[in-house]
Amino acid sequence: MAHDTTVQTAGHDEHHHESPVVFGFWVYLMTDCIIFGSLFATFAVLRNQFNGGPSGHQLFEISGLAIETALLLISSITYGFGMIAAHKNEISKVIMWLGVTFLLGLGFVGLEVNEFANMIHEGAGPDRSAFLSAFFTLVATHGLHVTCGLIWIVTLIVQLMGTTAIPERMMNKLTCLSLFWHFLDIVWICVFTYVYLASMV
Amino acid sequence: MLGRLSLSAIPFDVPILVGTFAGVVIIGLAVLGLITYLGKWGYLWKEWFTSVDHKRLAVMYIVLALVALFRGFADAIMMRTQLALAYAGNPGYLPPHHYDQIFSAHGTIMIFFLAMAFMTGLFNFVVPLQIGARDVAFPFLNNLSFWMTAIAFILVNVSLFIGEFSQCGWLAYPPLSESQFSPGVGVDYYIWAIQLSGVGTLLTGVNFFVTIVKMRAPGMTWMKMPVFTWTAFCASILIMVSFPVLTVAVALLGLDRYFGMHFFTNDGGGNQMMYLNLIWAWGHPEVYILVIPAFGVFSEVVPAFSKKPLFGYGTMVYATCAIMVLSFLVWVHHFFTMGAGPDVNAFFGIATMVISIPTGVKLFNWMFTMYKGRIEYHACMYWVIGFMVTFTIGGMTGVMMAIPGADFVLHNSLFLIAHFHNVIIGGVYFGYIAGMNFWFPKVMGFKMNESWGIRAFWFWFVGFYFAFVPLYVVGFEGMTRRLNHYDNPAWYPWLLVAEVGAVLILLGIVCQLTQLYVTIRDRNLPQNRDVTGDPWNGRSLEWSTSSPPPIYNFAIVPHVHELDAFMHDKENGIDTRCAGGPYEAIHMPKNTAAGLLVGGFSLVFGFAAVWYIWWLAAIGLIGVIGTVIARSANKDIDYYIPADEVARIENEHSRKLMAQAAE
Amino acid sequence: MKNKLLARMARLGGLSSALLLAGCELDVLDPKGPVGEGVKSLILTSTIAMLIVVVPTIILSLYFAWHYRQSNTSAEYLPKWCHSNKIELIIWGVPTLIIIFLAVITYQTCHSLDPYKPLEAEANTKPLHVEVVALDWKWLFIYPEQGIATVNQLAIPVNTPIDFVITSDSVMNSFFIPRLGSMIYAMAGMQTQLHLLASEPGDYLGESANYSGRGFSDMKFRTLAVSGDEFNAWVEKVKSSSEQLDAQTYPKLAAPSEANPVEYFSHVETGMFDTIVAKYNNGMVMDKKTGQMLQMQSAMSDMNMKE
Repeated sequence: MAHDTTVQTAGHDEHHHESPVVFGFWVYLMTDCIIFGSLFATFAVLRNQFNGGPSGHQLFEISGLAIETALLLISSITYGFGMIAAHKNEISKVIMWLGVTFLLGLGFVGLEVNEFANMIHEGAGPDRSAFLSAFFTLVATHGLHVTCGLIWIVTLIVQLMGTTAIPERMMNKLTCLSLFWHFLDIVWICVFTYVYLASMV
Repeated sequence: MLGRLSLSAIPFDVPILVGTFAGVVIIGLAVLGLITYLGKWGYLWKEWFTSVDHKRLAVMYIVLALVALFRGFADAIMMRTQLALAYAGNPGYLPPHHYDQIFSAHGTIMIFFLAMAFMTGLFNFVVPLQIGARDVAFPFLNNLSFWMTAIAFILVNVSLFIGEFSQCGWLAYPPLSESQFSPGVGVDYYIWAIQLSGVGTLLTGVNFFVTIVKMRAPGMTWMKMPVFTWTAFCASILIMVSFPVLTVAVALLGLDRYFGMHFFTNDGGGNQMMYLNLIWAWGHPEVYILVIPAFGVFSEVVPAFSKKPLFGYGTMVYATCAIMVLSFLVWVHHFFTMGAGPDVNAFFGIATMVISIPTGVKLFNWMFTMYKGRIEYHACMYWVIGFMVTFTIGGMTGVMMAIPGADFVLHNSLFLIAHFHNVIIGGVYFGYIAGMNFWFPKVMGFKMNESWGIRAFWFWFVGFYFAFVPLYVVGFEGMTRRLNHYDNPAWYPWLLVAEVGAVLILLGIVCQLTQLYVTIRDRNLPQNRDVTGDPWNGRSLEWSTSSPPPIYNFAIVPHVHELDAFMHDKENGIDTRCAGGPYEAIHMPKNTAAGLLVGGFSLVFGFAAVWYIWWLAAIGLIGVIGTVIARSANKDIDYYIPADEVARIENEHSRKLMAQAAE
Repeated sequence: MKNKLLARMARLGGLSSALLLAGCELDVLDPKGPVGEGVKSLILTSTIAMLIVVVPTIILSLYFAWHYRQSNTSAEYLPKWCHSNKIELIIWGVPTLIIIFLAVITYQTCHSLDPYKPLEAEANTKPLHVEVVALDWKWLFIYPEQGIATVNQLAIPVNTPIDFVITSDSVMNSFFIPRLGSMIYAMAGMQTQLHLLASEPGDYLGESANYSGRGFSDMKFRTLAVSGDEFNAWVEKVKSSSEQLDAQTYPKLAAPSEANPVEYFSHVETGMFDTIVAKYNNGMVMDKKTGQMLQMQSAMSDMNMKE
């Protein structure tokens, strides 16, 4: 729960007008990036350790993946619309776009959970081989981040309801979530190419 | 209902633990009773536990570190005593099951809860004051970081009395730490303690990085920043880059244990050397995370007591940054003996040696700061000079071990143990204690007792050599680390000498406690009060405020003109405080219980996860998320100190300053 | 030229270490084989090179600290002095030169003391092959050429290069005979190599240098360095044992045991070592000569991973 934006700044005086929240969150995302980097490195080491079990080539299906990818990419765009509305102080539109983003994200997580359930059902669970351990861990870490993002979206929707203006603190939260959401998109593109596409070739 | 937890998890059969438990309960009840009797619960809650003030958090971190020191040292002296006894057929008094937990806990506690907590305490106290800020960038996260560290330490100690701790060494190398070979709860305690404290440390790193980047006083450009702040900055970067790797390494080990995955297992395609690479990609920078701030302390203490500016400020900064970068290029030197090729080993060996160049330069800089100075022998300076001698030797043995050919016979021997205690006690610990003596009057408003400080130093210094020179020798005699008993007559006398060293260090700790006691007892003696806020004729901004500083640190944020800003102002007759105002209302964060609640729920979650009590783990997790959401919705998070109030506090301090000057 | 210098420094080091450490016998610095000798001269050379900086640093720190004390008002006091290019050049330059020197010998010794590098032997001595398996908590030594195996006792003929191949059938350990020189890790599913030679007969301690759990402290063995004839006699003694090591008896041996006594096996199934490695690699094992992966076919490949 480290990506909580409920931080405030102390001692910002006449010389420190801009809040460090967004910068701080961006710095935090860089550390998150190192978590993903380590997981990618782990996957790279273990990607051929099938232990006699199935390989990615046998397991992955491109059609489901294409839908997942599309959902997540579109959700980034809808979040962007939400941010535009926020800058115009159009709260009902912000809530609407956040809602759309939430549904798209939920769809992504749903498809991913479904994919995992199918693989485990086929006997290709994370305990089958080192390759599958690395695969499940990397992809599920991304999925867990998306899930946290979903909880965060709901929280912000609830906090926005019934308000008439977006104060600085709320704008910071929306901006941080925006960074987070786009960051997850970028990570997904790496997952998609490096984990899925490269395994299918 | 209770997962793996049953009454048999409580070690009634181990008298040492039952005795310790009884002692902890009695002392704990006495402390709680005393607090209740004095009616201090409300005070503790309002002024300390829920505080977001970096100065209060600093004190809490250092108290935590000292408690960790007692626990970690108790482990240490038990180990030394075991090895002084367990010779030639005598099994000693600690069977392997207990002994293996002790050395694992000793390393874990000393690094994560003594050294890291002490360092974070110093950061918290000094950095905002040195850069002229009113607090850190994220005061609430600062409080949360503290509680995550504290509850992780509690979790480690819970393992003493409920279940067991890890028996796999402080880094829990797989496959030994996999459930196949360590099915008990010990490694799980280790995993959750590391992960929970890791959250706190990572947030600390981000917090101080942002604080230093964004909140320096106007005019304080990078090259006018005090060296301690530079070292805190470099250490924060190292934390941000390396701690995520630790999180991943330990998380993957946890996945192996909890879900039967195959990251580091022998079977299933796992790769144990990957764990070593990951853990040391964190572990080596970690050493520098600890020692770089100690270098920062020396860079503040030596000029103050030599009454001269630091020699070669620029060199010092570049050397610190060079060490920071190089520390990421050396991790393989922890396992030269895995059988990598000669070129790989040569690369990492040489990279390691290169670090000794900037480190050596720093030593020379402190030396030439003393050169042509007027050195005042305050207790801090004893620790500094003790450091310079001891650390130089530790550096030399470090370079010896960096040569792969030599490491092939010294690896994992007691020579290695002697080496890293040489740099961690002689570098990190001496540095932090010097820092504590140095900044104590700023924190508390009165000076530490010097004679007990000097006694503590001598016991530590002499005790260190008695305890660890023998370990260098038995390392050359082929004694490996983590042995529980032995029958080599050549080792025995040396291990007896080492036991004497441990007792001397114990006396050093007793002297430190006495020093604290005497200091607090004599706090109101006029010669001990720090009325001016500048007891050492200091050079940087923290000495320009009162001791202890007001909650807002600086009524008017100072303008920095030069390096050693406060000294420059003093020499040029500039009033850094801008006494007399005009003052404005100051915006401050409100205290909050959210950090304590998140910490508490995390402790519940960690404990439940160790014992597979899933319903309780769910409660803990929901509690954490719920608290964070509630905190996010809370609008009552800040307040203003009115200008009148600020003026009142500042005028009071000015009045005291004038009275002092008149004397 | 460079080697001459090294040799001279090593001799100097030998002298000073004799002075320093008179009276105590340091296994690692009193080696009984060429690998250990190489390591020893490396340690001494590097120590002397570093002492060039370390000794003046310590002396100067103490001298400055003493001379510039507050009470010594006769000492010069320069309250503003904080920079000197000349000093900076020296404090960067001298350590750099020493590290360059150390880097050169590091690179050289990484190659000359590479544990994977076969040792040169006198003509007509054939190296002896020994396969080492770390078990919980004992060492298994397989002599493939002799067809025998032992537990916790390693006999080797003097002046004969010994080629060790090392693995583990449990957790990580490190194979170490301090008097002979280098150590190397033993890891399940992997094969590491080590080349040692004993130049003097003797009875040397062998141990695990990597903590491996409960029975670790007793995981040690005797290394009997003996003459060729004595070695042959020892082999005959082992061959007269009634115990044999094969797929049936191995699991019993591999089961955890503490302070295991010495055991002799008069016969060992061929390919035992490869089978132990292969069971962690889906029955595959790397051929040391060609580097190719081979499929192991043996009764033992069906053996459970671990009892």
